[in-house]
Amino acid sequence: MQSTSHSEDRIEAKFRELQSHREGALIAYLTGGDPDPNAFLANSTALIEGGADIVEVGIPFSDPIADGPVIQASSMRALSQGATPAGVLDLIGELSSQCHVPFVVLSYYNPILTMGLDRFLEKARESGVDGIVVPDLPVEESYEFRTLALKHNIDNIYLVAPNTSRTRLRTVLEKSKGFLYLVSLYGVTGPRDNLSPQALKAVKKVKSLTKGKVPVSAGFGVSQPEHVSAIIRSGADGAIVGSALVNIVSQHLESPNEAPHHLKSTVAKLKASTRRS
Amino acid sequence: MKNRVESRPRSKPGKFGRYGGQYVPETLMEPLRALEEAYNKFSHDLSFKKELAGWLDSFAGRPTPLYLAANLTRHVGGARIYLKREDLLHGGAHKINNTLGQALLAKKMGKRRIIAETGAGQHGVATAMACAAFGLRAEVYMGSEDMDRQKLNVYRMKMLGARVHPVESGSKTLKDAINEALRDWVTNVQDTYYLLGSVVGPHPYPTMVRDFQSVIGKEARKQILLQEGKLPKAVVACVGGGSNSIGIFHSFLHDLDVDLFGVEAGGESLLPGQNAAPLIAGREGVLHGMMTYVLQDEVGQVQTTRSISAGLDYPGVGPEHAFLMNAGRARYATVSDQEALEAFKNLSQLEGIMPALESAHAISYAMKLAKSLGTRDSIIVNLSGRGDKDVEIIAKHLPQ
Repeated sequence: MQSTSHSEDRIEAKFRELQSHREGALIAYLTGGDPDPNAFLANSTALIEGGADIVEVGIPFSDPIADGPVIQASSMRALSQGATPAGVLDLIGELSSQCHVPFVVLSYYNPILTMGLDRFLEKARESGVDGIVVPDLPVEESYEFRTLALKHNIDNIYLVAPNTSRTRLRTVLEKSKGFLYLVSLYGVTGPRDNLSPQALKAVKKVKSLTKGKVPVSAGFGVSQPEHVSAIIRSGADGAIVGSALVNIVSQHLESPNEAPHHLKSTVAKLKASTRRS
Repeated sequence: MKNRVESRPRSKPGKFGRYGGQYVPETLMEPLRALEEAYNKFSHDLSFKKELAGWLDSFAGRPTPLYLAANLTRHVGGARIYLKREDLLHGGAHKINNTLGQALLAKKMGKRRIIAETGAGQHGVATAMACAAFGLRAEVYMGSEDMDRQKLNVYRMKMLGARVHPVESGSKTLKDAINEALRDWVTNVQDTYYLLGSVVGPHPYPTMVRDFQSVIGKEARKQILLQEGKLPKAVVACVGGGSNSIGIFHSFLHDLDVDLFGVEAGGESLLPGQNAAPLIAGREGVLHGMMTYVLQDEVGQVQTTRSISAGLDYPGVGPEHAFLMNAGRARYATVSDQEALEAFKNLSQLEGIMPALESAHAISYAMKLAKSLGTRDSIIVNLSGRGDKDVEIIAKHLPQ
């Protein structure tokens, strides 16, 4: 019985808990099955040991139009090792049975459609997935998916961009669960030296509209501890770091055993930057 | 045998039945909305229409002739075969109909930087031409594999002042060039216009590109009535993304006695990875912002395609074709690499017209079809482009 109530709205519960400690959430991303299933499991465990509050796992897709070169390459590595959507969900299942952080899946729509929306969501739920981001499924196209996600008790996490109008923002907000994923710049995923000039403005604009109803987490180009602290200080509830971590994986393809150590220490630094006091 | 179903999509804007839509990253929703708004405004604007018609006439060379291929007809023995001569247009293909329309729209929207994708290079060349004429900056994404096999068009684009970005990701062909163009657009939405070259991608592109290409069918319908005194038995066109075929089909959609045939690239075989025939060998899916038929594996990864013609080498297809197929209004078939080469040879030697390898697919199918029809019938083939760009490939494949 305890586990059932535990599984309800774990993402929002996590944000509430962090807020009571005056912390933002660090959401750490890796591509599922990259560079191979075992290394991925070890790397993901390192994220959690480093202090990641939520782990986001990408399902590799052949045509990731929202992703820059780093995540594209990781998707190709995983696919060349035979990664499949069901296989990645199984890997998440292994992780979630041992670790008690919420898990978010990121998948382009076509692999979900191919498995069948209901079957995909059911399997995701069984694997311990708490939320899902579909970067090429805007709110207008997502009625069926959202309805089924609700049924399976998985948070459908929507993206908003710097150019999302206020009217659209309100529509998206109404339908959001878990958290709102704020794309903090014009562009694709990938590490940047500096936080984009739109990022903090976008955080403030979105926060002024959410009125605390749903947490806001910012990603895309968020790669350094300074970026994380700036994002959190400007009012965001969480920061999402992806390409910077995937980069660590790709830098250790010859020595994959060393990757977890580096991931853990990087995540620890990023996590330290989410503390407000 | 005729399937008399409602042939016109009656669903919300941007959808053809359940196909089409806007499956794109959030950042593109606002520019797509702005594009739709601008297109709706200007497509009903008389002065815009007049200006575009002027460019189509005096710059692109419209109207194009409808030519009775008498020698080919005699050779085949059956229905009279007419060719809609889009190969005679400036640039050598139908692509200019669309690029002039969209470049003019971009100019009206105040955009100065134009990006485009290209497969065979014909759309890239047509984009470069329109941009040069209108004083716009053109940047074209092209798969590095396609750059190798269509070198001539790469030079042409550069001479016309366009920048060509080689795309090294994925299969290094048209699909990846579209991915890269979308990524560019997401990054530069504020000042950039994405000039898509086919009836694919998110709404409003499939509708807008169709409207700009529908001039082909409007002319052809008038011309055949003038020359034959009646409508043709069938209209045949090749289908990659599907812009030349939708362009010629559209004026005949309500003429239910006119059969519409779309010809996909059969490549080497219908086995996975050996063709570019999503309507025949693919499955419903979402690619490049649209719900349509996609060549994909059993877990939804998009497959690599193969066709001798770079312009048909694409794993998706315009959503309106998916709709027309399921509604029974148009029929789709494949023609193999080898058959297309044969048709190239036939048309070149019998008529003195070298078709693009893309269009040679339509010629091949039309020859089979003509044979099965009576001599009082006629068919129209859309000769969507000329074959000069393909001579190198053809020289390699055909015995001297």
